[in-house]
Amino acid sequence: PRSPLSTVILSLGKTLHPPCLQCGSTGVLCVFQPPPAKYGGRHTVTLIPGDGIGPELCGHVQELFRFCCVPVDFEVVNVDSAVMGEDDITNAIMAIRRNGVALKGNMETNHNLPASYKSRNNLLWTTLDLYANVIHCQSLPGVRTRHSNVDIMIIRENTEGEYSSLEHENVPGVVECLKIITRNKSLRIADYAFKTAREKGRSRVTAVHKANIMKLGDGLFLECCKEVASGYPEIPFDSMIVDNTTMQLVSRPQQFDVMVMPNLYGNVVSNVCAGLVGGPGLVPGANYGTDYAVFETGTRNTGKSIAKCNKANPTAMLLASCLLLDHLKLHAYAEVIRRAILSTLSELHTADLGGHSSTSDVVQSIMDAVQREGPQTLNM
Amino acid sequence: MAAGSAWRSLVSRRFPVSGSNRPFSELRWFRDSGCMVQDPTQFDVLVMPNLYGDILSDLCAGLIGGLGVTPSGNIGANGVAIFESVHGTAPDIAGMDMANPTALLLSAVMMLHHMGLHDHGKKIQTACFDTIRDKKVLTKDLGGNSKCSEFTADICRRIQDLD
Repeated sequence: PRSPLSTVILSLGKTLHPPCLQCGSTGVLCVFQPPPAKYGGRHTVTLIPGDGIGPELCGHVQELFRFCCVPVDFEVVNVDSAVMGEDDITNAIMAIRRNGVALKGNMETNHNLPASYKSRNNLLWTTLDLYANVIHCQSLPGVRTRHSNVDIMIIRENTEGEYSSLEHENVPGVVECLKIITRNKSLRIADYAFKTAREKGRSRVTAVHKANIMKLGDGLFLECCKEVASGYPEIPFDSMIVDNTTMQLVSRPQQFDVMVMPNLYGNVVSNVCAGLVGGPGLVPGANYGTDYAVFETGTRNTGKSIAKCNKANPTAMLLASCLLLDHLKLHAYAEVIRRAILSTLSELHTADLGGHSSTSDVVQSIMDAVQREGPQTLNM
Repeated sequence: MAAGSAWRSLVSRRFPVSGSNRPFSELRWFRDSGCMVQDPTQFDVLVMPNLYGDILSDLCAGLIGGLGVTPSGNIGANGVAIFESVHGTAPDIAGMDMANPTALLLSAVMMLHHMGLHDHGKKIQTACFDTIRDKKVLTKDLGGNSKCSEFTADICRRIQDLD
């Protein structure tokens, strides 16, 4: 009988391996090539440290990759989120266009800056058209939570909706904020969700909406989901209103499988689901577009209050780096690192999980676990 | 968002933080929902715009046992208010003496407090909580087998004992 740990590792690897963006396949039929490796078989990946705990976690990723002899070189691009000018983020975007793939920490959006200041993270998603934000929340062995057997894949539309940054104040004290829902983008994200469900053998797709109130906006989104669902008759499709969804999530999360939704609901549902499986320190996130992919922590926290304290949980960022390796087709490295992360999670907990271990303790333990695997790392 | 910052500056201007009396803090509401799931006890009073309130109120109702036990009130200017339970109409059990009256009862308690009848409100609330805590006379949705009228009668009995 398979141990719970190995079951999670296998299913994490299986379910976190993204479908090919070009042809949708995860297997030998895939014709899409990952970004070309440069300089003797080594990939170059853009690394944006971000703010808060981002820089230290990105540092640990680099340390771990070096230790495991992963054939990845990072091109570090710093983005100063405090300045109004967009030169930094433009450079970062150019670097991602160059390399095709990136790993990033969250860039803080100071909401006291004027409305003309656009979120740097948002600029990345919209400029590079990284339309699908995918967060897989899964109960992990070694982490005790109120609910067990949670396995939810959240597919969030990443480029429109409430994050269109279109607001105006025609009358002082009366602000109007435009939520943009388009047929094209709704069809696209719904199709992504169903393709993902099909590729990974998931059992159901649920669309989350508030179409009873936003009849045109969310109504259009829901209509598009239904339209796409008819093209995947083997996958049951249903829908749920967002407020009921959050209530169901905290009482019976096992009823959900794949969930697809517009931007803002994706924001809240992904945070709720991350809370259900143990918190923001555990869940990795991925952002996919037709041409690029960017990996980060699932709940996009800056963790400002615990920055530079050696307290942050590195699991989310390290699992995100495993998603990156899967995207680059470096599956063997991803498996070794993922196994080591999950076995460490059963032994050491950082403060967010109620433990006392430091970030560096956890990373060291992961490296020890990798070393115990033996010469496999060299053979890769 | 501008809407958010305008709202925020209005709240902090009208209700300035004063010493240790009523600390006011902001939390990005999506982070709020994650924190709420992990440790809801860190929160006390939350104020927010319409959509976020819709979502968070259902989320919190799920945390405490569902809409069957969640009271609510809608307060307007000049003391005009409507108190209501927010669960569905449950047509399948209507007229069968099976429904759990807690949500509407606690909404009525909120109404009594709103009207200044605090003693009455407190008495009914205490009796209701004691009945639920006792677990002897619970309706089906709370895991028991009792009827709505039995549950209510138990609350009435406790109120009489309190007097």
